[in-house]
Amino acid sequence: MTISDLRNAAKDSGASGASGAGTPGASAAVGRSGKPKTGKPKKQRTWRSYSVYVGLALIFAYCLAPFYWMLVSSLRRTADIFDNTLLPAPFSLENYAKVFDGSTMFGQALLNSLIVAGTTTVFALLLGVFAAYAISRLNFRFKSVILGVIIATSMFPGIAVVVPLLRLFTDLGWINTYQAMIVPSLSFAIPLAVWNLTTFMKALPFDLEEAAMIDGCTKWQAFRRVLLPLAAPGVFTTAILTFIHSWNEFIIALSMINDPRIQTATVAISKFTGATEFQAPFGEQMAAGVIVTVPLVIMVLIFQRRIVEGLTAGASK
Amino acid sequence: MRQRRRTWQTLLATTASLAVAAVALTGCGGTATDAKSAPKAAAASFEGKGPINYVSNRDASGAANKSIEEWNAAHPEEKVTFIELPDSADQQRQQLIQNAQIKSDTFSVLNLDVVWTSEFAANKWILPLPADAIPTDKMIPATVNAATYRDTLVGAPYYTDGALFYFRSDLLKAAGIAAPPKTWDEMKTACKAILALPEAAGMSCYAGQFDKNEALTVNFSEAVASAGGTVVDAEGKPTVNTPEAKAGLNLLVDGFKDGLFPSDAITYLEEQGRRAFQDGKLVFMRNWPFLHASLSATDGSSKVAGKFGITSIPGTDGPGVSTLGGRSLAISPFTANKATALEFVKFFTSEEQAQKRLALSSRAPVYASLFADPAVVAKRPFFPTLLTSLNNAQPRPKVVQYGATTKAIQEEAYAAITGKKDTDTALNDMQAKLTELSAK
Amino acid sequence: MTTTTTAPPAGAQPGTPQTASPASPRKRGHRGNRTPGEGRMAALLLSPTLLVLALVIVYPLLAAVHQSLYRAESGLDADGFVADVESFVGLANYADLFVGETGRRFLNALGNTTFFTLTTVFLETVLGLCLALAMNRAFRGRSFLRASILVPWAVPTAVSGLLWRWIFQSDGIANTLLGSEILWTAEGNASRAAIIIAEVWKTAPFIGLLVLAGMQVIPGEVYEAAKIDGAGWWRQLGSITLPLVKPTLLVAVLFRMLDALRMFDLPFVLIGPGKESVETLSMLAWDESNQLRYGSASAFAIMLFLYVAVVAIVFVKVLGADVTGAKELKLISKKSRTKATRTQKAEATR
Repeated sequence: MTISDLRNAAKDSGASGASGAGTPGASAAVGRSGKPKTGKPKKQRTWRSYSVYVGLALIFAYCLAPFYWMLVSSLRRTADIFDNTLLPAPFSLENYAKVFDGSTMFGQALLNSLIVAGTTTVFALLLGVFAAYAISRLNFRFKSVILGVIIATSMFPGIAVVVPLLRLFTDLGWINTYQAMIVPSLSFAIPLAVWNLTTFMKALPFDLEEAAMIDGCTKWQAFRRVLLPLAAPGVFTTAILTFIHSWNEFIIALSMINDPRIQTATVAISKFTGATEFQAPFGEQMAAGVIVTVPLVIMVLIFQRRIVEGLTAGASK
Repeated sequence: MRQRRRTWQTLLATTASLAVAAVALTGCGGTATDAKSAPKAAAASFEGKGPINYVSNRDASGAANKSIEEWNAAHPEEKVTFIELPDSADQQRQQLIQNAQIKSDTFSVLNLDVVWTSEFAANKWILPLPADAIPTDKMIPATVNAATYRDTLVGAPYYTDGALFYFRSDLLKAAGIAAPPKTWDEMKTACKAILALPEAAGMSCYAGQFDKNEALTVNFSEAVASAGGTVVDAEGKPTVNTPEAKAGLNLLVDGFKDGLFPSDAITYLEEQGRRAFQDGKLVFMRNWPFLHASLSATDGSSKVAGKFGITSIPGTDGPGVSTLGGRSLAISPFTANKATALEFVKFFTSEEQAQKRLALSSRAPVYASLFADPAVVAKRPFFPTLLTSLNNAQPRPKVVQYGATTKAIQEEAYAAITGKKDTDTALNDMQAKLTELSAK
Repeated sequence: MTTTTTAPPAGAQPGTPQTASPASPRKRGHRGNRTPGEGRMAALLLSPTLLVLALVIVYPLLAAVHQSLYRAESGLDADGFVADVESFVGLANYADLFVGETGRRFLNALGNTTFFTLTTVFLETVLGLCLALAMNRAFRGRSFLRASILVPWAVPTAVSGLLWRWIFQSDGIANTLLGSEILWTAEGNASRAAIIIAEVWKTAPFIGLLVLAGMQVIPGEVYEAAKIDGAGWWRQLGSITLPLVKPTLLVAVLFRMLDALRMFDLPFVLIGPGKESVETLSMLAWDESNQLRYGSASAFAIMLFLYVAVVAIVFVKVLGADVTGAKELKLISKKSRTKATRTQKAEATR
C-alpha cells in the first residue's frame, strides 16, 4: 500500500459517507464506537487500555496542573498569596472582587476583547478561505511567490511594527478605535489561516466538487456545499487558533488604545496595580487569567464537535 | 455556462463588498482624544487652555484620582482625563517614548520616574518649567535635584521614596544587642550572635534586591555610596574604579560568598525580600517603606508583626546612604493646552493636595513639613526614619542614557555577585562601559 | 459556515480502499493550462488578503529598512540636548552587529534563539502528536479532555509568564514539589529549562489541535484496510497516520518555528530582560530600541527577519512541505486518468 493509494482512498471518504453506506466513517470508527482503533483482541486490550489511561492522565495533569495553580492562587487572600498549600486556605474571592471593581472596567474590557477577537476571526476566515480556495483550486502564476509573501509577514518581529503602525494609525485618526486592533490582528492571523486552509483544501479531492458541478451545481454551490463542509475541521481549528491569538494580543492593543472604554482584557490586566508601588498584583492577575481563559474553553467545547466531526457531519447528510 | 459566470460575478461582488464592509464595520466606536497635528517645537511660553490628559500608572489608593476630581470640579472647561498606563515601569516608559516619538498631543502631563528625567529632558520630550512655578524651597532638596536637568527644573516632584533597614527587634533583644547596627561590621557581629540562638535556626542574616533588575542598580549604588564612593561624580564622570566603589561592591560579593545572604537572594526583588522577612527567614533586610504595612499586618499573614523595627541602612563607618526613588510630573511639549497643563501640575503637586493625598496613600510626600505631623506619623510610623534617609539620599546616576547606564551597572554587578567575575574586573569593565556612555 | 447539508454528489461511489478509486477527470490542474479568467479570479480572491498584509506589515517593514540605514547623531549639544538629526550611515548598523560587544551579544542571542527553537519545537511536535492522538481516541469525557488540552494555549502569554515565574520562584511550588532549591530565574541552564518547560506547555496544544484536524480528514476505510492487512497500532501510525497528517503537521511546525524564532514575552516576563543565558534576538532588538538606538534596533529586526526567512525556506525545501500544491496537482491528474474514471464520466454525464 503506497501513499498515493491512500490518497486515492482518502478521496473516497466523503463519497462513502455521502452515499450513506452502512460502514462507519473514519471519525465515527475512531471516535464514537468506544473501542480503541487498534481493534486488538480482548485480552491484550486490558493492559493496553490501562497504559493508555495512564498516558491520558499524564497529559491531563501536564496541561491542567499549572492552570490549577493559577486557579488556586487566584482564590487566596492577598496576604497568603505565596503559600504553597495545594488548596487555598482560607478560601477567598477577594481577587475576583478586585478584578471586577468598577475602576478597572474589566467587564467592558472582556466585551472589547470579544469584539476584537470575534471580528478578527470572522474576517481572517473569510479572507483565508478565499485565498486558500484560489491557491488550492485555481491555476495562476506566482502562486508560490504569493504564498511566500503571505507567510513572510509572519517572520517580522512583532515589536518592530509597533512604532510605524502607531504613526500610521495616528495619521489615519484610528487611535482609540477597534479597527486599530483588528487590522493588525488580522495580519497576524491571516498567514496561518491561509496556509492551514490551503493544506486542508489540497487534501480534499477535486472529485466531489467536480461531481457536484456535473450534477448541476454551480462552482459557487460546489464550493459552499461540498468543499466548505468537508474543510470544516480545518476551518474551525483555524477559527479557534485565530480567536485565541487575537484574544491574547497585547502590545498593539496597548499602544493604539488609551481610552479605557475600548481597551481589551490583556491591556486591562497589565494596568492592575498592587496595593503599593512594588507589590505585584499577583492574585488579581491570576484571577483575571482564569476569567479570560474560561470563555475560550467554552468556545472550544462548542466548536470541538465541529473539529472532530466536521467530515462526517458535512458529508453524510 | 452563463449561469455559472453570473455566480462568479456574484461571488466577486460579495468579496468586494466584504472588503468594503471590513472597513465600514470596523469603523465603529472610538472617541477621538487625539488630534492629528502636533506642534513642531516646544513653545517657550505656556499657552492654551482646554481639556488635557494626565498619563500615569494607576494609583491603587485612589488618592491621585481624588485630586483630579477636585480639579475637574473646579475647572469644568479644562477637564483632566486620567490615561492609565501599565503597572510595569518598562512598559510605561515605552508608551511615553512612543507617543513622544510620533509627537502625539494625547499625552499632556506625564508621571515620570526620577531616573527618566535626564533622558526626557535632553530629548526635549518634556518642557522646562517656569522658575517660580513650583515651591521647590519647601521640598526635600534631593527630590528637587532629581527633577532638575542641567540646573533647570523640568519636573514637579510628586512623591518620593527611600531605603529603610528592617531589623528583627525581638531577636536583637534576645541576643542582648541594645541598638540596631549602624554599619555592616556591626550587622555581621549582630548576626553571629543572633544566628547562634535556637529560635533563629535556619535564618539568614540579610538580603536586599539582587536580581538583574533596576533594583540591583539601587542596591549597588547604595552599597557604593555607603562605602563612601560614588557611581558618577558631580560632572557626570563615572567613578566606579575607586577603592570606595570596590569596598562597596565587595560588601555584596562577600555577603553571598560568606553565606551572610541567603543564596536565593540572587533572585530577589522587593516582593521576595518581603516574603522572606515576613516568614521569619531574615534578620535584616533593605527594602522600601511600602511593606511596613504588610509586615505589621495582624491577620496572621505576617509572622513578624510587632517584632521588627526600622532604621537607616548601614554604611561602613556610620549610617549608609539611600538612593532616591519617586516620581515627578512633567509637561509634554506636544500638548496643545500648555497653560492648563502647567496650572494642573501646580495644583496637583501643591502642599495642600499632597497633604490631602496622605489620608489615602502611603506614598511619601516631597514636602518635609508633612513628615512632622503627629497625626500622620501615628498612621505611618516609618516617616521620621524615612525623612532622615531622604535627607541623606543620593540620586541614581543622572545621565541621559540612563537605560544603557543602568544596564551596564546591572550586568557587571551581577557578574561580580554571582562569582562570574572578580570585583576588580567587574568594576573596571563597568568603568569602561560607563565612560564610553558618558562620552557620547 | 455551519452548513451541514450537501447535495449528494452524483457519480461518487463508495470506493474500495485498496484499489485506485474512480475519479472524475480534471478539466484543469495541468500546469501551463491557465485560463485568464482563473488568474483574474485568483487575483480578486487574494487581493483583500494582500491589501491587509501590505498595510500592516509591508509599511512597517519598509520603515524598518529605512530606519536601519540611519543613525542618530550621538552626543549632546552645548545646552545638554540630544541633537535631533539622523544621518545616513549605509550598512554600518548591520556591520556593527558583528563586531565587539554588540557582536558577542548578537551571536549569543542568535545561539539562544536557535537553541530554544530547536528544543521547544521538537518537544512540542512530539507532545502535540501525543495530544492529537489522545484527543482522537474514544473514551468517556474526551470532550472535556479536548477542552482542557487547549487551556494552556488559551492563557494569555503575559499571564502565563507571570504564572510560571511564581511557580519557579526560589520558594515556589516547583521547588517545593521537587524538594529542590534550584534558582530557576537566575542565569544559567535552569532558566533555560524553565523557559522550555513553560513554552512547550503553552504551545504544544497548537500543534495538537492542528494535527487533530488533519487526522479528521483521514478516511476510516484506510484503517479498516490496514487492519485487514494485519497492521498493528504502531504500523498504522507509521504508515497511515503520520504520512497523511504530514502536510498539516508541517504547516503547524513551520508556524511554531516562526513564532519560536521571534520568542520574546516568555523569557522577558519569566526570567527578565538582559539575562544572557536566555536573551533572544527579539529581546535584543527590543533592548536596542529601549535604549533609543532605533537604527541598530531596526538592523536587528531585519536580521531576525532574514534569519527566520532562511530557516523557513530551508525547512520547506528540506522537508518538502508542498506549499503550492504543484506536486499534488500533478499527482492527482496522473491518477485520474484511469479506465474507471472514464466510465464514471460517461455515467455522470448521462
